[in-house]
Amino acid sequence: MDDPVLELRGLCRNFGALKATDNVSLTLRRGEIHALIGPNGAGKTTLMGLISGRIAPEAGSVWLAGQNITGLSVAQRARLGLARSFQVSSLIPEYSALRNVMLALQAKQGHSYRFLRPVALDRGLQSAARDMLARVGLVPRASVAAAFLSHGERRLLEIAVALALNPQCFLLDEPMAGLGAEGTARLVTFLQELKQQAPILLVEHDMDAVFRLADRISVLVYGCVIATGTVAEIRANPAVRAAYLGEEPAT
Amino acid sequence: MDSARREWLLNSALALALFVVPLWAWIAGEPFIITLATRVAILAIAAVGLNIALGLGGMVSFGHALYLGIGGYVAGIAAHHAFNGTPVLGLPGTNQMLPVWAIAMLVSGGVAAVVGALSLRTSGIFFIMITLAFAQMGFFFALSWPAYGGEDGLPIFMRNQFPGMNTNRPWDLFLIAYAVLMAALLVFALLRAARFGAALMAIRQNPDRAAAVGISPFGIRLTAFILSGMITGLAGAMMADLTRFVSPAMMAWTMSGELIVIIILGGVGRLFGPVAGAAILVGFEVFFGGVTEHWKLWLGLVLLAVVLFARGGLIGLIAGRARHG
Repeated sequence: MDDPVLELRGLCRNFGALKATDNVSLTLRRGEIHALIGPNGAGKTTLMGLISGRIAPEAGSVWLAGQNITGLSVAQRARLGLARSFQVSSLIPEYSALRNVMLALQAKQGHSYRFLRPVALDRGLQSAARDMLARVGLVPRASVAAAFLSHGERRLLEIAVALALNPQCFLLDEPMAGLGAEGTARLVTFLQELKQQAPILLVEHDMDAVFRLADRISVLVYGCVIATGTVAEIRANPAVRAAYLGEEPAT
Repeated sequence: MDSARREWLLNSALALALFVVPLWAWIAGEPFIITLATRVAILAIAAVGLNIALGLGGMVSFGHALYLGIGGYVAGIAAHHAFNGTPVLGLPGTNQMLPVWAIAMLVSGGVAAVVGALSLRTSGIFFIMITLAFAQMGFFFALSWPAYGGEDGLPIFMRNQFPGMNTNRPWDLFLIAYAVLMAALLVFALLRAARFGAALMAIRQNPDRAAAVGISPFGIRLTAFILSGMITGLAGAMMADLTRFVSPAMMAWTMSGELIVIIILGGVGRLFGPVAGAAILVGFEVFFGGVTEHWKLWLGLVLLAVVLFARGGLIGLIAGRARHG
């Protein structure tokens, strides 16, 4: 088996007396969707913050493709190939869908310290961005400002922006949130293809979607990973049933 | 007519008016009007500088008078030493505008780099207060520096020279200021349209998103802040030559406020916002200043009306909201 694309080793982070992340280790392997589930307040958001670089750990390390990225900033990690979507859509509100993707492409292509050439005349950047929008079906809305897109369209634009980074792995924070049944079904199909491009660490509340998509699942409770395994193993795990699935009737 | 076209027409009209009015004054023999137009142009250059930081980058610097003053003192000190025939820091003084401009931009850019590097670690009200504090430090430093006039200021006996022009003639000086203003507007338009501008405006709207795609907000903001300070510093050097006088008042916090007022009146982040705003400010000063010494009260009311009813300033009122494609 080859090295994991993303690896967390013994991550810890406290907020006062609260152990938000308690010695979390997990791996994300090539070609897989690794779902992270857990009840509200289990520390999923903190863990995403530790991986993306927004929060610094008190102990432990984060490794991307064999490189220790624990000390790097959010932007540095993104440049190395860590693409994330946000739990609540976070886009550039005044920019059109196309320009939101163009921004990601320009960041991916290298530097933003170019002062003379107008981006509006940069055909290469525009057509590449249009391709990304095409993959999520947003081309008809390319010129609409992100602030005026519907909720579902903004979720898709988040994915298109992540695609534009051509990353080593995706961190998707509740991409299904508020999508509705049809939107969720489409996204499930899409993510099944996407994992071939780069593995996905998926935080998701929609248990149906998780059980259909995930190759492996880790269950987070009170900041600890209490179990990691396949869908069948997790469904059968008594500790998980008690801590988590037991609280919601079986799905 | 769409808003982009309307803005283009409005910009052209403003550029034309700022040229035609002093041209008429030159023909009619009204040097006072030419000097007023020159003042509008130079204030507009200073505000173009601030517009990069404030308008594009969302960095509300309440201390841009510092760069105006630095530019002013560079011009004043160079002229002072050229006039007395004494060296400054081992170099001879100069009475040429071009080297003075270069030095003014270099020094203001350097100071902006230090101020920016420290103040950009904060945001919101703290950023405003730190930029203000740095400007006040400059103000009190100039006030207590007797070698260059202290609180009495420093007169410039001989206006700095420009190749091929007679800078003592108001029309020549206006042409220089107008050309520099157009160049500054070109720089603003280019970098706003380029990748740098795309990154800078994105960071203003959502720094977390910009970082998540791999653009470090700090470096982009700092670069914009330095460019901003350099352009305002250039305006300061020209302002000193126009008034032939430099004093700590150029660095006073009221001057910083005036630059912000210009941008708000004209339109935050709009290309010709500084031009419109500077024209409104100087126009008010002249027309209402002749009627009442309380003209700033009326300016305040206009500012209030703009903030309440016309957030986009004059440009926004006529051309509609800004678009980013």
